[in-house]
Amino acid sequence: MSLSPDEVRHVARLARLALTDEEVTDLAPQLSAILGYAEQVSEVAADDVTPTVHPLAPSDVTRPDEPRPSLSRDDVLAGAPQVEQDRFAVPRIVAEEG
Amino acid sequence: MAALTALTATELSERLGRGEVSAREVVDAHLDRIAATDGVVADGAVWATKPAGDLGDDEVHAFLHVTAGAARAHADDIDARRAAGEQLGALAGVPLALKDILTTRGAPTTCGSRMLEGWVPPYDATVTELLRDADVVVLGKTNMDEFAMGSSTENSAFGDTRNPWDLDRVPGGSSGGSAAAVAALQAPLSIGTDTGGSIRQPAALTGLVGVKPTYGTVSRRGLVAFASSLDQAGPFARTVEDAAQLLALIQRHDPRDSTSVPDTPPDLLAHLRDGVDGLRIGVVTELQGEGYEPGVEATFRATLERFERLGATIVEVSLPHAPYGLPAYYLIAPSECSSNLARFDGVRYGLRVDAPTAEEMNAATRAAGFGPEVKRRIMIGTHALSSGYYDAYYLQASKVRTLIARDFRAAFEQADVLVSPTSPSVAFGLGTKTADPIAMYLNDVATVPASLAGTPALSLPAGLAEAPDAPGTALPVGLQVMAPLLRDDLMFRVAWAFEQDRGFAAIPTGPRAVEGVA
Repeated sequence: MSLSPDEVRHVARLARLALTDEEVTDLAPQLSAILGYAEQVSEVAADDVTPTVHPLAPSDVTRPDEPRPSLSRDDVLAGAPQVEQDRFAVPRIVAEEG
Repeated sequence: MAALTALTATELSERLGRGEVSAREVVDAHLDRIAATDGVVADGAVWATKPAGDLGDDEVHAFLHVTAGAARAHADDIDARRAAGEQLGALAGVPLALKDILTTRGAPTTCGSRMLEGWVPPYDATVTELLRDADVVVLGKTNMDEFAMGSSTENSAFGDTRNPWDLDRVPGGSSGGSAAAVAALQAPLSIGTDTGGSIRQPAALTGLVGVKPTYGTVSRRGLVAFASSLDQAGPFARTVEDAAQLLALIQRHDPRDSTSVPDTPPDLLAHLRDGVDGLRIGVVTELQGEGYEPGVEATFRATLERFERLGATIVEVSLPHAPYGLPAYYLIAPSECSSNLARFDGVRYGLRVDAPTAEEMNAATRAAGFGPEVKRRIMIGTHALSSGYYDAYYLQASKVRTLIARDFRAAFEQADVLVSPTSPSVAFGLGTKTADPIAMYLNDVATVPASLAGTPALSLPAGLAEAPDAPGTALPVGLQVMAPLLRDDLMFRVAWAFEQDRGFAAIPTGPRAVEGVA
């Protein structure tokens, strides 16, 4: 597996990471080497094997659907970079109509 | 009387219980030790670390923030309650250092990242709660590789931590600060987290006992997630008994963590002193030989002779898929990291870099907040999970996980516990492996299989060996003991028997050791 600089830029967009040209240049061979190393897993024949995500608990866990105390709004908003009207404030998400 | 900072947690708790010393005296002695050796600005209620450029080359830099005011207040409260006749817990008044990845209400939690610089969590992690409820006194938060990604603590955004045995070498990672604090006698106990070896490898490199419990037995609530299917918190200590005492406090079911297992693991202390006579100890064929330093190999061989002398039988066992452990780990961990770290988007907490649109703000914030290794892993994981690659990477790696778990089950038919060197090398020099990510990843080759299988594993000091690059040095070598799922008790029993016979004193020595430990 070898990643081109354009493929690195595509992955960076998916990951929401603004990379510099220098970072793209550095990462392309590094990611290719790491993925090349990790690809050894494909040598193992495992078509009939179930994947493991938890060694002990195979099923989902639920709790009774009952109200219970949670963090206060002030506590939750205290760490936010920008707050307006008791809400998280962000830059424009939807483009203005032309 | 030995300095309070040289005592084990068990010794401290006995003296506290008999009223020979107060919790306040114990806490002050450790705060003094931190002020003298760590490179913090010892002033006010919260001591901050110096900027990385101002740290001296003889300063350990184990801590990122020392909550001195809160620790003293907690100690005074414990002393008052003890004086009033209140029955207190086994480790009440014993100080502890907490890895800066477990949330602490009212005290900073940075995960070693600029992304969370200055963030103060609104709640305590379950582990933090359990420690406070047991009156263990939290001294502060320790340095780490950013978001726990690394094997040397050189990926911290706030400067390197130095190995108390040789201040020009790394303490291992990612829990390097928690390891260094205990090895430098700044705290008798600490908590780290282990995803692929991040407790065991630093324990090995700093001459400590370090434990990764059975996956799911210690709550992950409030442990800032790196790779959710692997992350576990666990103890560092200077003795096996201290480590067992501390793990016993935090190993319990938590309904607020959906991966927490309901099973109650066996009592860790009831059979601690039963010895190894009659036990079968399995040596893993695949976890030795090529890639392991000669000094590490020789020390490991000597541990096997000791076990035989103690009445155990040594058997050779195979984990045929272990060689695929590291490649599988370096797909699974980055994949889960890329998903977990998506939450750092400049909206709800931490850093924000302003930009005209939300997407540009997200991307600029993440570019400024994350360091190079975190970016590398997010990129690997995002690629591995992207359309068309999931089956070949994450799914295939998760199947390899199943095969490794099967290998362990088969090996535990032939042996009661498995052993290997913890790390292929002794502590290496600062800056010597940072240029080559794969060389750094190879540190985890012996620890990753137990992580993937979920089995409990610990590292304890096996002896000292020479570093290949520095003839005449004597640096700690770790012995890894692995046990079947939920049999954490058995690995402590084996480790205790070895420790008692070996008589290893976990006190740093050498020309570049941290000052004032002898």
